[in-house]
Amino acid sequence: MPFQVSVFAENRPGKIERITDVLSKNRINIRAITISDSGDYGIIKLLLDRPEAGCDALKDVGIAATLKEIIAVKMEDAPGGLHTVASLLSDKGINVEDAYGFMVKSHENAIFVFQVENVKHVEKLLAEAGIVAVSEKELYLM
Amino acid sequence: MWNKDIEAIDRKDLEALQLKRLKRALELASGTSFYGKVFRDNKVDVSKITTLEHLKDLPFTVKNDLRLSYPDGMMAVPKSEVVRMHASSGTTGKSTVIFYSQKDISEWADLVARSMVATGTSKNDIFQNMMGYGLFTGGLGLHYGAERLGCMVIPSSTGNTLRQIQLMEDFFTTVIHITPSYALHLAEEIHKQGIDPRDLPVKKAYLGAEPYSEATRDKIEEQWGIDAYNSYGMSEMNGPGVAFECTEKAGMHLWEDFYIIEVINPETQEVLPDGEAGELVLTHINREAMPIFRYRTRDLTRIIPEPCACGRIHKRIERIKGRTDDMFIIGGVNVFPSQIESVLMKVPEVGNNYQIVLDREENLDKIIIKVELYSKMFQGDLKELEKLRKKIVEELRALIVVNPRIELHEPGSLPASLGKAVRVIDNRKL
Repeated sequence: MPFQVSVFAENRPGKIERITDVLSKNRINIRAITISDSGDYGIIKLLLDRPEAGCDALKDVGIAATLKEIIAVKMEDAPGGLHTVASLLSDKGINVEDAYGFMVKSHENAIFVFQVENVKHVEKLLAEAGIVAVSEKELYLM
Repeated sequence: MWNKDIEAIDRKDLEALQLKRLKRALELASGTSFYGKVFRDNKVDVSKITTLEHLKDLPFTVKNDLRLSYPDGMMAVPKSEVVRMHASSGTTGKSTVIFYSQKDISEWADLVARSMVATGTSKNDIFQNMMGYGLFTGGLGLHYGAERLGCMVIPSSTGNTLRQIQLMEDFFTTVIHITPSYALHLAEEIHKQGIDPRDLPVKKAYLGAEPYSEATRDKIEEQWGIDAYNSYGMSEMNGPGVAFECTEKAGMHLWEDFYIIEVINPETQEVLPDGEAGELVLTHINREAMPIFRYRTRDLTRIIPEPCACGRIHKRIERIKGRTDDMFIIGGVNVFPSQIESVLMKVPEVGNNYQIVLDREENLDKIIIKVELYSKMFQGDLKELEKLRKKIVEELRALIVVNPRIELHEPGSLPASLGKAVRVIDNRKL
């Protein structure tokens, strides 16, 4: 099961820099980054090539960070690509709590990453519909 | 007990001793420029003070009197007999200065040793003193007491966290003296070294120098796996060792062979019967270089009238509920920072530091409470954080009528207090 690293951050200048500083010093690569904010503070979500090492490195310097289970699906980087996945989730009444996407040039594919309440259940539904979730290894090394 | 004859003395004998010492203190004080004038102005004839009841005839002494008598208006022995002075930080106006003779220093050390023994400390203990040495009484006060008792003292003083940890590990420190905010900070730093503070040989902590809630004590005991003891002291009354918890941890024994206790209504100044809450007023009857009578401590507490299971007869006071001068009024309701702290420290997601900011917008009081998120409890969810914010607001609503605004901050981002933590910032007094 893939993981992202979620980091608590105050909404002030220099907050991302502090995180990227730790990750770069630890030679950890960021695959994707997204921020959900709620005014005063927010959560920075990072898809890393080594999520566990990254999370530990952040925690070591006193940053509130945690590993969060996610689902990632690969789709063709073409119109309607995301629609297939979205339709399925909608049909099955699955609420996407948080999501982001990124492109993978070398593969001419796009990756859709999202959080749901019951990961196992949703993975099963995806598999039944012929949509394969990207494995941990594949995602981190993409 | 360190001195059973005094600690378990018959109350009648104790009162006789108090009267004898009070008379002697009054004689000494009559010769000072400050009390000499006070007694003349108030027509106090010290020779007519023949019972402890007569103490009520003396006027109160307040902090400002000490400032007015700066530098030596209250010194009651010839200067050549004084061996030490201490002074308060004096953040507002002139500092207050306290003098001690050789005998005073020695008796104070004895009193601190007595207090430490009451908590179960013995000469076999290794005592690391992480309080400031210098004009502040906390460091030297416990230092002399611990030496008198026979502990090995590590006078590590404040700061230099890594060295503190190293000393603890290398010399098997069993007892620490520390401010509560630093105790919490140090526990975090020890964790960062990959050590669980519970695995260190530390068994006991004396907390002091800044106000803290019972919930904070619980948190420190939990994080360190130790017994933390409440104590009470102030430089005007020597420093640490005025009152100390025994191993029963049910109130602090205030050593009545040194001090006469009164609790008054701070507004009417009427003396209250034992058991009623009010402002603590103390008379120092055993410091020849500087006696002080009926000193208004501005600390709020009550006397616990019931006898203590430990067998010491000296009256106990409850932990200090607050100070008459750090209480703030918000939306017309009296609030003590300690009450807010109690609520915050019971919320597991809240970290160790917090700050209360008071403001006024369009003539309405506003209270902002900044809290740190406790890293270990972070779930990675925005929704959870909103829930936490609401939970704190609800918990506090019972206490303060004004809707508090809760700000969540990153761990370690609020001022973390190597000395006295500033917890309340009142921006309303502009």
